[in-house]
Amino acid sequence: MDGVAQLQKQLVDFTDSLFQEGFLDEQFNQLQQLQDESNPDFVVEVVSLFFEDSERLLNELAKALEQKTIDFRKVDAHVHQFKGSSSSIGAQRVQKVCIAFRNYCEEQNIEGVKPWHRCLKCLQQVKLEYSLVKNKLETLFKIEKQLIAAGGSIPT
Amino acid sequence: MENGFPSTRNDSFPAGLRVLVVDDDPTWLKILEKMLKKCSYEVTTCGLARDALNLLRERKDGYDIVISDVNMPDMDGFKLLEHVGLEMDLPVIMMSVDGETSRVMKGVQHGACDYLLKPIRMKELRNIWQHVFRKKIHEIRDIEGHESFEGIQISRNGSDLSDDGHMFCGEDMTSIKKRKDFDNKYDEKDLGDHSSSKKHRVVWSVDLHQKFVKAVNQIGFDKVGPKKILDLMNVPWLTRENVASHLQKYRLYLSRLQKESDLKASFGGIKHPDMHLKDPAGSFGLQSSINTNQNDVANGRFQFSAHKLFGQDVNVKIQEGDLKGIFSEHMPDTKKTLNADNPDPQETSSHMSFDHSFATLGSEVNYEAFDCHIWNEAPKIELKREHKPLLQLEDGFSQLPPCAPEHHVKTDKLHPVPSVTSGLSLTARDVSGPIKNEPLYAEYQGNRVSHVSPKKCAIESFPIQSKGHMVVNHQSYEPVSTAISSMKPQGFNLSCLTDFDYCQRNLKASDSTLAPFNETACLLQGDFHNKYFGLPNIEFTDCNDPSFIAEIPVHWYDTLTSDYECPLDPTEYSIFDQGLFIA
Repeated sequence: MDGVAQLQKQLVDFTDSLFQEGFLDEQFNQLQQLQDESNPDFVVEVVSLFFEDSERLLNELAKALEQKTIDFRKVDAHVHQFKGSSSSIGAQRVQKVCIAFRNYCEEQNIEGVKPWHRCLKCLQQVKLEYSLVKNKLETLFKIEKQLIAAGGSIPT
Repeated sequence: MENGFPSTRNDSFPAGLRVLVVDDDPTWLKILEKMLKKCSYEVTTCGLARDALNLLRERKDGYDIVISDVNMPDMDGFKLLEHVGLEMDLPVIMMSVDGETSRVMKGVQHGACDYLLKPIRMKELRNIWQHVFRKKIHEIRDIEGHESFEGIQISRNGSDLSDDGHMFCGEDMTSIKKRKDFDNKYDEKDLGDHSSSKKHRVVWSVDLHQKFVKAVNQIGFDKVGPKKILDLMNVPWLTRENVASHLQKYRLYLSRLQKESDLKASFGGIKHPDMHLKDPAGSFGLQSSINTNQNDVANGRFQFSAHKLFGQDVNVKIQEGDLKGIFSEHMPDTKKTLNADNPDPQETSSHMSFDHSFATLGSEVNYEAFDCHIWNEAPKIELKREHKPLLQLEDGFSQLPPCAPEHHVKTDKLHPVPSVTSGLSLTARDVSGPIKNEPLYAEYQGNRVSHVSPKKCAIESFPIQSKGHMVVNHQSYEPVSTAISSMKPQGFNLSCLTDFDYCQRNLKASDSTLAPFNETACLLQGDFHNKYFGLPNIEFTDCNDPSFIAEIPVHWYDTLTSDYECPLDPTEYSIFDQGLFIA
């Protein structure tokens, strides 16, 4: 039982840290609340969907920025989509960089930095935040799995 | 499953509410599905707008409400919204991660009954049933109002209406009664009766709609009216009201299409039914903000987008007696910016289909007679005070201020008043009926403000027939007066106004043809009361002669801004207030 208690503590602490550091927000809690007996793996399923869709979106985004002539509207559309997506699971930091992405790219008068440069930079940021939150969530799920394997239950 | 709600729903409404969710984001789709299931709703999900439309068409009456994302790859959420409203008349809720006011406004203008911001909370979804409920209630009320309106119309209408009128009389009484019953029942949340109630929602299948369109084309858009369409369609179980409300939506839809192709400007669409002609003093419902973009089909009934009317002859039935002349809505203030985005004659068509006679306008719309009925359904036209249509309805009819008011008419070159003479304001609101908005001009009668428009009003070529025509001159400024005078308002509908308004909005003022839009729209028979909106340049002279309508100065539309709010200048306003509005 020690193991279970320990895992539980680990889980709680880790989850708390994610919220505190802004990786996740209230929406994630909502997801957790939606999980029930009829859908015991709801959160994992949703997050997996998110990961899949995000990879696709990020690829599209990268492609759009690689074009000879960049279609900024398309870029904006992708970013908007990603923003919406990340809001679904509460990936707050990702959402924030998406917002910044759009603002930054729209800004007209940034000296010395070409629009597509800016966009590339922003893309880097987005990718970074995305991979961070992905790692965090994967860790979270791992702990949960271990907890359940050890016979414990996820604290609500 | 029977029409309407399944029996199980009666007991536990809103449980079992049939929701269709449309979102291209798979993550959100899954989450929403789960959330809605938790609310005990019956959920169907769709990743593509087209699929959603197909589903809706296949299972008519198979859903109670639609929730859709705004940004979708295959179809714009607003378009979907329009289609749903037009064909199925279901409440639609929009969602987006983008909460910008302009977007939200666009949603509302297009007829969304709500706009949710992502991330969406469960509690927000729990309450969506109220939209379904509300819509039912409104439909019932509108029908009632409509009928009573028709009753009045019958009494005063001219030859044209007599047939319709008589036909309606009998129908009205019984239907009103039945509706009331229904309403009561409904209030008790006894939805089981829904399907058996008098008014069961007609689902406009593709076939039915095709028949409808065929009939409309056969008759000729400018001469179209629900009765004629109904006769041609030859669908026994279809009622005139059904056709009327559908026609309304159709017009809006067409005008939107037109607008899209012609206009670039974003003018406010027609305000949909929610526009209320608020009290005369000032709430000219015509809000320039009327969103012409989309007709709020969802909401009903009125979205007249002048847009739609444009090019088509909208039959405006001006309530006789009431409409004394055509109101040329004077844009009191050029800066009011009639948002008539009247880009060019064609455009106006989309919105203002009022202009029939304006030959110049390609897209003139002849509103021969707005079908009052249609209007009735959506009595509320929110006319913002700003532009009060010049309608002067004589007898306190709720004169709808010409829709134009709200638009900003952009006139780059003050052209002679564009053919938009929106006689719109004439929409006689259902006098007795649910005129929710006080007629804007209710009291135009006393008001005679004639403005002289330096530029000629294009109104002139109004082919005003015995029925009131909303003459919308978009482009050609022709003296409207003639046309106007001939206008005999039979029954102006509010909807006219809205339509007008809509049109106006859409009119791009590039030609400044729109200017007269607001004004002239209402030509009431003979007696011409001009509503002075406070156009600075306009001199209003008391003139009963519609001819002055022609004068609607183009310059009224000075700068078209896409922003339709044309707040009336307080000073200008005061002019109106005097007896302008019928409280």
